[in-house]
Parts: sequence; C-alpha cells; structure tokens
Amino acid sequence: MKRLAKWRLLPLFAVMALLAGCGEPFLSALQPAGEVAQLQFDLMLLSTAIMVGVIVIVTVLFIIAITRFRRKSENEIPKQVEGSHKLEIIWTAIPILLVFVLAIPTVAATFKLADVSPMDEKNEDGKTDALVVNVRANLYWWEFEYPNEEIVTSQDLIVPTDEKVYFNLIASDVKHSFWIPSVGGKMDTNTENINRFWLNFDDAAADEAGRIFYGKCAELCGPSHALMDFKVKALPRAEFDQWVTDMKAVTEPVQAETAEAQAGQEVFNNSCIGCHAVTPANTTPEAARMGPNLTDFGNRTLVAGILENNEENIKKWLKDPEAIKPGNKMTGKYDLSDEEIDAVTEYLMGLKVQE
Amino acid sequence: MSTYAQKKGVGAVIWDYLTTVDHKKIAILYLIAGGFFFLLGGLEAMFIRIQLAIPNNNFVSAGLYNEILTMHGTTMIFLAAMPLLFAFMNAVMPLQIGARDVAFPFLNSLGFWLFFFGGIFLNLSWFLGGAPDAGWTSYASLSLASEGHGIDFYALGLQIAGFGTLIGGINFLVTIINMRAPGMTYMRMPLFTWSTFVASALILFAFPPLTIGVFFLTFDRMFGANFFDHTMGGNTIIWEHLFWIFGHPEVYILILPSFGIFSEIFATFSRKRLFGYSSMVFATVLIGFLGFMVWAHHMFTTGLGPIANAIFAVATMAIAVPTGIKIFNWIFTMWGGSIKFTTPMLYAVAFIPSFVMGGVTGVMLGAAAADYQYHDTYFVVAHFHYVIVGGVVFALLAGTHFYWPKMFGTMLNELLGKITFWLFLIGFHLTFFIQHFLGLIGMPRRIFTFLPGQGLETGNLISTIGAFLMAVATIVLLVNIVITSVKNVKVGNDPWGDGRTLEWALPSPPPFYNFKQLPLVRGLDPYWIEKMNGNKEMTPAEPIGDIHMPNNSFIPFMISLGLFIAAFGVMYRVDHAWGLPVLIAGLAITFGSMMVRSIKDDHGYHIHKEDLLEDEDKGVKA
Repeated sequence: MKRLAKWRLLPLFAVMALLAGCGEPFLSALQPAGEVAQLQFDLMLLSTAIMVGVIVIVTVLFIIAITRFRRKSENEIPKQVEGSHKLEIIWTAIPILLVFVLAIPTVAATFKLADVSPMDEKNEDGKTDALVVNVRANLYWWEFEYPNEEIVTSQDLIVPTDEKVYFNLIASDVKHSFWIPSVGGKMDTNTENINRFWLNFDDAAADEAGRIFYGKCAELCGPSHALMDFKVKALPRAEFDQWVTDMKAVTEPVQAETAEAQAGQEVFNNSCIGCHAVTPANTTPEAARMGPNLTDFGNRTLVAGILENNEENIKKWLKDPEAIKPGNKMTGKYDLSDEEIDAVTEYLMGLKVQE
Repeated sequence: MSTYAQKKGVGAVIWDYLTTVDHKKIAILYLIAGGFFFLLGGLEAMFIRIQLAIPNNNFVSAGLYNEILTMHGTTMIFLAAMPLLFAFMNAVMPLQIGARDVAFPFLNSLGFWLFFFGGIFLNLSWFLGGAPDAGWTSYASLSLASEGHGIDFYALGLQIAGFGTLIGGINFLVTIINMRAPGMTYMRMPLFTWSTFVASALILFAFPPLTIGVFFLTFDRMFGANFFDHTMGGNTIIWEHLFWIFGHPEVYILILPSFGIFSEIFATFSRKRLFGYSSMVFATVLIGFLGFMVWAHHMFTTGLGPIANAIFAVATMAIAVPTGIKIFNWIFTMWGGSIKFTTPMLYAVAFIPSFVMGGVTGVMLGAAAADYQYHDTYFVVAHFHYVIVGGVVFALLAGTHFYWPKMFGTMLNELLGKITFWLFLIGFHLTFFIQHFLGLIGMPRRIFTFLPGQGLETGNLISTIGAFLMAVATIVLLVNIVITSVKNVKVGNDPWGDGRTLEWALPSPPPFYNFKQLPLVRGLDPYWIEKMNGNKEMTPAEPIGDIHMPNNSFIPFMISLGLFIAAFGVMYRVDHAWGLPVLIAGLAITFGSMMVRSIKDDHGYHIHKEDLLEDEDKGVKA
C-alpha cells in the first residue's frame, strides 16, 4: 500500500473510513480478526479504492455531459461525430492497467490462501504438526473433529489463537458452506469431496470480540439454513491445550450426580444416545454420529446454535425442536414426557468437561 | 386486404392472438405475459422484504420463504426479464433491419407458447403442493433432497420454457443474417439489432447446457438416475458447472439487449449518432465471447483450487474493459449532443451510474481471494440487483416508454412516466445500496430470518422501505398504461421527433406487412439520413409488388399444450397410475400437431399490389 502514489491514497482513506468499524467485531468481515480476513480486507480496500476512482471519473464526465449539453432549442442539430481513436485507446488502455493492478495481488492471495501443504507433512505418528480440524456439516448442525487429538465436539469450534488452523471440510447430507466472517472467507462443504483451507485467529481481536466469533452456513441448505449458526471459541494456546486434555479425560460417560440428573441420564441412555455421544473419542464412524456430540454441552455458548444456553431454552428445544429449527432431523425421533424432559435437561446442563 | 382497420369482436381478437404469427403481435403477447410474471416476481420480492424488515419475523415460514426466494429468482430471470426483452426484440428488430417479419414466423409463435406454458406450469406449483425451494440455481444435493414436487415443476417448467427461448434465439439469428433490407450491412445495423444478434448467439450456446443439466435433474428425480447422487457415483459439482456454463452467459443474454436499448435511446435523445459505433459493436461481441469464459467465478468457494480460481478471476476482470468502453462511448454520445430528458432518456441517464456501481462490484467479486468473503452474502445480492435492476429492468422500463408508441400507437404519459422513474430510482438505490454493507458485516444470502444483536437490523429495514418505493413506482406505471390505453390518442410515425432508425419511418403501429416497399438503407441511422436530406420517408428499394405473408396457425399453441400436459404425466407418473397415460397423451398431442404441420401444405397468401395501392388511396399510412 505504501508504494501507491499520494493522490491514490485519498479515495483509499475515504473508503477505509467508510468501511472500517462497520458491524459487530464477532461477525463483520470489515473488522478482520486474523491473517486471512486481513489479507481479504486489504484486497477489498485496494479494489474498492480503484473502483471508487473509476466511479468518480465516470460520474464527473457524466455530470458534465448531462448538464452542459441539454437541448436549448428544438431546432439545433449537433455535429454527428463518428468517434475518436485517441479517446477510445485511452479508455481501453487505462482499464487494462487497472485490471493488472488488481489481478496481480488477487492471484498472489488466491495461491497463498490455498496453501495447505502442512496438512500433508506427517510426522512419525502419522499425524501433522499443524492443528487440523475436520469439519462435517449436517442439516443444521456442525461437527468438529480433531484428528490429531482424537476428539470430537459439535457446534462450538474451539481453536488456539495466533497459529494457523487447517480445516478439512465435508458435508454429510446436502451442500453447506463454512464461514467465519470476521476471521476469513468461506469454503463450501461439498458432499463428495473434502475441501481444505486454513484460518488464523488473532488473539488481540479475539479478546476484543469476547473470545467468541460467529460462524454461519453460507449455502442454502433447507428451511433452517438461516439458523445453522455455530460459534468459535478462540483461546490462547495454553487454554486450548487444557481444554483438549480435559476432553480427553472423558473416556466413558460421566455419571450424573444429583438424583434428577441421574434419572435424566437414564432417559438419555434410552432415548438419545443412539444419535448423541457424550464421550469425545473419535472412534465411532462418522455415519454413526447422527447428532451433535454433547460431551461438553453444559459449556455450549448456545442451544441449537441460536438460543441462549439456559434451562428454559433447552426444555423448549427438547419439547418442540420443529418450532425452533424447521426441518431439523431430531423432530419426532423420541417421545418424552414433560418430567422426562426436565430430567434430561438437568442431566445435559451438568455435562461439562471444564468448570 | 384492408382488414387492418376493421373492428373485431373480443372472441375474434383472442383467436387472432392465439394463432398469430405476426412478430408485432407476438411482441405484445411477450409484453403482456412477461409483464404479468414481472408483477408476480415483484410480489414475491415484496414478501421477501417484508419478512426481512425486522429480526425474527414470522410473516412467512422458513419453508415458504425458500419457495418464495426460489420463485422470485426463477420468475424474474426466465419468465420476466427474458420475455420482456424478447418483446422488444420482436417488436423492433425486424423493423430496424427493414424486414417484413422474422425468418420463421411459425417458430416465433411456437417459441412464445412454449415459454408461456412453461411459465404457467412452473407457477402452478404454488397450488399443487408447493413451489421449488432450492434457489433459482437449484444446486443438486439440495434439489435432490427436496421433498414434494416443487423441484419437478422447476425442472420441467424450465425445460419447456427453455425450448421456447432457444427457438426464439435461433429465429432471431437467422432473421438478422438473412432478412436485412438492401443496403443494411452488418456495420449499419442499429446497436439494438446487434445486441439482439449477439444475445441470440449466446442463447444458442448457453441453453443446451441448461437443457442437459435440467434433463439430468429430471431423470435423477423422476426416473431414478444418479447423475448427481455421489453415493451412487454421481457428482453434484457437475450440476454447478452445467448450471453456470448456462447461467453466466444468461446474464449477458439479459444485459446485452439492455445495452442495445440504451444505445438507441442515447443516440435518439442526444440527436447524435452513437459515439464509436464500431468499438461498441466490437465490445458487444467481445463481452458475449468472454461471457463463456468466466462461469467458474460463481464457484470460487466450491474448491476448484487456486489455478482454476486465478484463471477465472483474471478472465472475469477482463470483462470490465469492453464494458468500460461502452460506458465511455455512451457518455461521449451525449457529449456535444442536444439532450432532451424524456422518460426513456431519464432511465438511460440514471442507468450509467447505477450500472457502473454494479459493474465495479462485479470486478471486486472477480478478485477470487476476496470473493471468499463476498460469496453467498448480501454483497452478491446487492451486486446482481445493481446490474440486473440498474441495467436490465431500467432498460425494460425505458424500452416500455420508448417503444410503446411503436407497439401500440399511443404515448405513455410523460409526467406519470417521470414519477415512476424517480420513485423507482430512489427506491432501487435505497433497497440495494445498503445490502453491500449487510453482506460485508456478515449477512449470508437466502436466509429467511436473522437474529437480533448482530448489527443487521437498520440495514434491512432501510432496504425494505426502498422496496416499497419500487412497488409504488410499478403501480404508477400500471396506472399510466391504463390511462393511456383508455384515452387512446394515436400518434404518427416518429412521435419522439428524433427517431434515427428504420422503425420510426413506419406508422405507429406499423401495418401488418411492415414495409409496403423494402427501404433502401444508405448508412447508419437510415431514417435520420433521409430526414437530414429533407425526405419525409425512406427511399424504396423496390417497386410496389405482391407481398407474400404467412397464414396464422393454431399449431404452435397445440404443440406447447401437449408438452404442458405431458409434463404433468412425467411428474405424477411416480405417484399415480394415470401419470403414464397422461404423458403419452401429451406427447401424442405434440407430435400429432407436428405431423399435421409437416404433412399439410401451408403456402401462406399474397397481399396483392392492387390492395396495397388501394390502401394508400384510402389514406392508410404505409
């Protein structure tokens, strides 16, 4: 940016003033919170600056034309001009130059963002040194598997800050698209192939955003497409490591403590466990993981991705999921009485790997 | 043959329109049908904006919202914008090149009825179990998973309507190649004819991929094929490619004729020949060509890899160059001219900044790495509404006012026209400008609602207010049309006073044979040349002689009706035993009608020289 001539900086500053600071820090692509989003934001600024320049030139010519050449008398016949080679060459050549100015950083950035070579560099354990997350998109919920750490979680993506996190993306039913606006652009989760890309979560920006970024599904996937949100908890590396350790400590379902929760666990084991696991191990095959993994459910930011995580909302969700997320796959899979729902809620709220 | 001025009963008029092969009447049919679908699509847009006016709104349910957004896009593109452009192509292009009709009048009628029945079929889904709900792009994994018959209506309806468009495109191509009047060389053709020519070529190459894609979809859903089912060896990405290999040229099919309409308007109301005519033609052809090289920019996030993304990014940006040439040529057409701000000219003038804004965001979207942020957000929604409304719809509204006298012989009220213009212009920018920012701050497209607390409330409310202004503008236009039709004040050949091309040398509306004698074209803007030489009308290129005309035919209606019936059979064959017989019966009607057409000789008829002279004596202007 520094190399740009001074006069170019003027529209640039105008654009920055207009764009920066728009939206919420946890959601807005205009408040980049990581290397990828920053790169994309810079590219946006460069292209916007060029385009605002183009608009200004066109507008000035346009305004002169429509004000100076209004018809003054009904009888005037203007000179019939065929064209002008000089002018036509100018307005062909300058856009070509502008396109080059934009095309070069675009191509460079495109290749940079596609560089996932550390995902292929396996150490002697057959694992990667880089942190990898397998994202599996399902009708209205997200699963996050950490193949190196051999754990699975859902809905809340937990990542360490200030390092590159690599993603494998796939969908298990219909096509979705994985997008964390403030951290970086999206990539589709196709049904037939794994897409790969990386993101970097900036620690200072995460702190400013309250450690939570919003994630969205960006590809129309059915009635509840709008509600297929997820959350990203971006933690310093040490806290992330602690979370992994605590998750891995759960090797079998944790026994509930209170009597009501124990009753709830019983109900859960009879009605829910077919789809929802409460242990984080990734040993179960993907096809058998039919619902979100609930190991750390008590610490979830939100219920079903959209409601505040409290007792009332969990009950509401369990009672009539269809009213909250139309078209979801949980509706009608179980039949619980109000008491049973109360008990299950009690049990679920106690599922925490960390206090 | 002076039936032309006779009063006819309502029944006779309807029968006339059902069987007509006259390009001017088919144009009116396209205008009415396209206008109807435009209102329908607009109504759907209003439902969308009402639903999104406030967070957590429940004006429509989630599933219904998806049906509305799908039908809004599909209707506007396939059933409103394209047919309305076809209306102007049909009404004006043959006149501009000095032809008595299109090359294949029968096919012209067939094209219309196929489009019409396809569109009706698609919209009947609302009453028969629900409309398609996978977006106008109908991506394969979702469209295969979609329950009910919605997607079947989409696939079959578009198939039928698509045949109509393809037939129309071929017809226009042949017409322009073969039927130009003496002296009308390619490089003397008006820009609207040129853009019709290029758009028709695009139709010829772009619609077959759609046909194939939609056939695959039909077979996957209705006959158990697995083209897109990856668990059975299919692939959903193939659908994306097929759709966008059609879909990107499709936007040029819409925008190029719009450019053509504006080129005519700029030249007319600046009283100046189009600046840089040859480079305008060149740019039109180049845009058409490049239009086929950029489809994958709709798929930057699909995971095609950096090499494909980089190539398609640069190709996309390249389109800015010929488009820029056009913009500057329009400005310099006005430069040094004598500009009169009629309603059509207002649209043309407003089109420049509006379309430039849509164009530059197109280049921004072309920057692949940054597109990962824009893709599938309201930024994209804002972009394509800026080009399609700011470009195509402005052109359609401009064309409606500009060509209304040529099509109907009356002038739309200028005051009401200007009210429509201002309301529409302000409403348009109010609705869509803010959507750029909504997208950038994290609003994905195609969401039926949004939650509070994400900073999306204000922008959406402003957008909805703008949409209402556009709706009011449309109502004013309708009122204008009604008032004008009731008053029915007839106008002469060149009601704008500044007509340059051949159509303005003819009466409004022209006689059914257009030109009594084919005109001699002596340069670009032939009518203007004659006017400047002090002539009141074109110099004829031939003596008055018999004119050969085609007979009206009901067969195109029957062929299309047969396919319409067959489509129900295909769809319900899966659920009901009566499906198969209905399918066979429908196809029997279609092929039977084709057989009748093939076997029965129809040589048309001649308008005799004596009748033409008699018309002249009676004062029928020709």
